[in-house]
Amino acid sequence: MKTHKLPVNLTDEQIEDFGRELDAIRDEILDSRGERDRAYILKVIKTQRSMALGARVLIYASLFFLPAWGHALAVWPVMLTLLGLGTFMLGIAKILENMEIAHNVLHAQWDWMKDPEIQSNIWEWDTMSPSDRWMHSHNVVHHTWTNVLEKDLDVGYGIMRVTPMQRWKPAYLLQPVYFILLMLLFEEGVAFHEQAIDDHIKGKNKFADFKPLLKRIGYKIWRQVAKDYIAWPLAAALVAIPISFFVDFSPLAVFGIVAGANAIANVIRNIWAFMIIFCGHFPAGVHNFTLEQVEGETRARWYLRQLLGSCNIEGGKLFHVLSGNLSHQIEHHLFPDMCSNRYKEASPRVRALADRYGLPYNSASLFRQFGTTWLKNIRLAFPGGGEPYQRNPSQATSS
Amino acid sequence: MRQPVPTEHNTTPSIWSRLSTITDYFAWPLRTSHYLELVNPLWTTHKMQARVEKVWDETRDARTITLRPGLNWRGHRAGQHVRVGIPANGKHYTRTYTISSPPERNDDCFTITVKAIDKGTISHHIVRNIKVGDYLPIGLPQGDFYLPDANPIQPLFITAGSGITPAFSMISSLIAQERLPDTCHLHYSPHEFDVVLGKQLKEMDAKHSRYHLNLLYTREGKDQHFSEAQLAALCPDWKERDVYACGPPSLLEAIEACFEQAGCSRNLHIERFRAPFTEIPKDAVGGKVRFAQSGIDTEADSETPLLKVAEDAGMNPPHGCRMGICHTCNTTLVSGCVRDLRTGEVLNEAGSIVQTCICAAAGDCELDL
Ligand code: FES
Repeated sequence: MKTHKLPVNLTDEQIEDFGRELDAIRDEILDSRGERDRAYILKVIKTQRSMALGARVLIYASLFFLPAWGHALAVWPVMLTLLGLGTFMLGIAKILENMEIAHNVLHAQWDWMKDPEIQSNIWEWDTMSPSDRWMHSHNVVHHTWTNVLEKDLDVGYGIMRVTPMQRWKPAYLLQPVYFILLMLLFEEGVAFHEQAIDDHIKGKNKFADFKPLLKRIGYKIWRQVAKDYIAWPLAAALVAIPISFFVDFSPLAVFGIVAGANAIANVIRNIWAFMIIFCGHFPAGVHNFTLEQVEGETRARWYLRQLLGSCNIEGGKLFHVLSGNLSHQIEHHLFPDMCSNRYKEASPRVRALADRYGLPYNSASLFRQFGTTWLKNIRLAFPGGGEPYQRNPSQATSS
Repeated sequence: MRQPVPTEHNTTPSIWSRLSTITDYFAWPLRTSHYLELVNPLWTTHKMQARVEKVWDETRDARTITLRPGLNWRGHRAGQHVRVGIPANGKHYTRTYTISSPPERNDDCFTITVKAIDKGTISHHIVRNIKVGDYLPIGLPQGDFYLPDANPIQPLFITAGSGITPAFSMISSLIAQERLPDTCHLHYSPHEFDVVLGKQLKEMDAKHSRYHLNLLYTREGKDQHFSEAQLAALCPDWKERDVYACGPPSLLEAIEACFEQAGCSRNLHIERFRAPFTEIPKDAVGGKVRFAQSGIDTEADSETPLLKVAEDAGMNPPHGCRMGICHTCNTTLVSGCVRDLRTGEVLNEAGSIVQTCICAAAGDCELDL
């Protein structure tokens, strides 16, 4: 018998069976967690912290090779190479911190270890959004209501049209521009990704209602800015003041170099996070849902919706780590609190299960997933818009 | 970190902590201490760790571990205990152990002596797997089972099994200070070969004429269990002494009863080890639920999620998805037993994190809500 309104040809019983099989996969993997997993996360954390420190030191070290110093190695190519290396390393460290560590810790994936240091309720991350605010907008709202229109704020983030199910408005014409701006300013975007702010813009609440909220976000942003754009650059500039009596290089320029390097590292992280995250739910072939479709949803149907609404990205081991294993977006959405290093072993099992039930499993290269995300973005900026580039028309979004 | 890890004592801000408020701007959202940890785990201030310096097998199932604590350690008093965090099978456990060394030790280290108890995964793990060079998180010394600064008139120690450790620390401390009064000691253990710290005790007995040791073996033929007659025989002036007792609950109860009858309970000082586990009820039944912070007691069956139970009791506890995915509803188990409705797993260790939206009572329980 079929009472559900999901775009699949399965009966209710079949869906419940499918759900039970997923539960079995989940339980089996969760039961086998142990020392190996703890060693993994401790190693990632240690590597990340050493890398961040190393990168900062490298950025500082590059300043000794400014041509103004006048020694044999003090030439621009050497200086810029070191600076570039340090900046890149800092970017990677920030990526690791945001994606593989913080995102997953904040999903309570590591709470099972009961390590008082690695707990979802005390972790704070290196980005402008306060952890607990993000946990609400992400863990609660997005993960519960994945891809449901009017419920999941991540569907278009309130500024973009990502599915033809959203009614077109002239403002969407500019969405390729928003897309690029959001990519560059992703962390700021996430910080202000709040239902209360969205409601305010729509005139549903008063400014006073979320002033305390803005204060909290403001404090977090201030500390981030204080670190990357004041403390580190200032320390270098202060050292440069006495030195500037002997070599002709302004401490102000030193300040600028360090602050600039930090800004670039943040932008590297922003672009990467944006790409991985946008490939999770927006590529071609992904499904969106109406409120009516999720009415009276069982756990099994919730599973099915997660599968239909998420996309994986294929890649190597390093790629998975740098993407925080969000390249296994499908598994992450099915089992949000499973520790991330285990998604790669859940993935083939989930895929085989989907095959058996004749369900789509949206997995492709970064190139394809990001490419179709872009195409869709441009197409949907204009009115109408089925999905003409759909490979398999039977997977088309139902509306 | 969002909340600073609470420290257990207040000191006036040191130069270091004042300096670190500035350096922390460089480390945000971490603290400077997180980076110092990369260099030397003993330099951290956001948590305290100790390095395992030496492991020494006392008996076939008891081991003494020498620990070098981090910089923010403060000295202990003989008889106090310390919380030690131990990772085993990927999980972090916390156990409390008495410090078995006297505070007068001069190498800045202290020792704990651990006996592997039946079914005790953690004590087995410590006794078998902890090795030199490991770092273990520790707390500060705690507890009020210690000797008064003024000499006790004449102490009597009654100990059994690993209850020897605080007494051992106290006696060695008195010896180190060269102010050992006339001391009587009754120690119970099943057999001669498993007396924890037995060799050291016998040495002290031989060397110090004021220390009178009586080793009693409870499983070697005749009945050697604690009784008033036995006490009177081994320590005739027991009613005049300051008594320090530590051991399993059955022994402590017998001692308490004996002293109460004799009307000298106020001489008695007792150290109890609280069991961190609750017995799991056979058939998953509901029970009394207590919400500690709200001070609300209510009844729950074994099927209703505790979140619902709390709401029905008129509370509004934090929650999000109500289906076990967001962890907004996490709270701490103060005591008792709950069951995860998805997996059937039973949580019975005090301090465990409970997801109230998918856990139900399994017997009585108390939650930090
Ligand atoms: S309310 Fe989301 S996990 Fe309990």
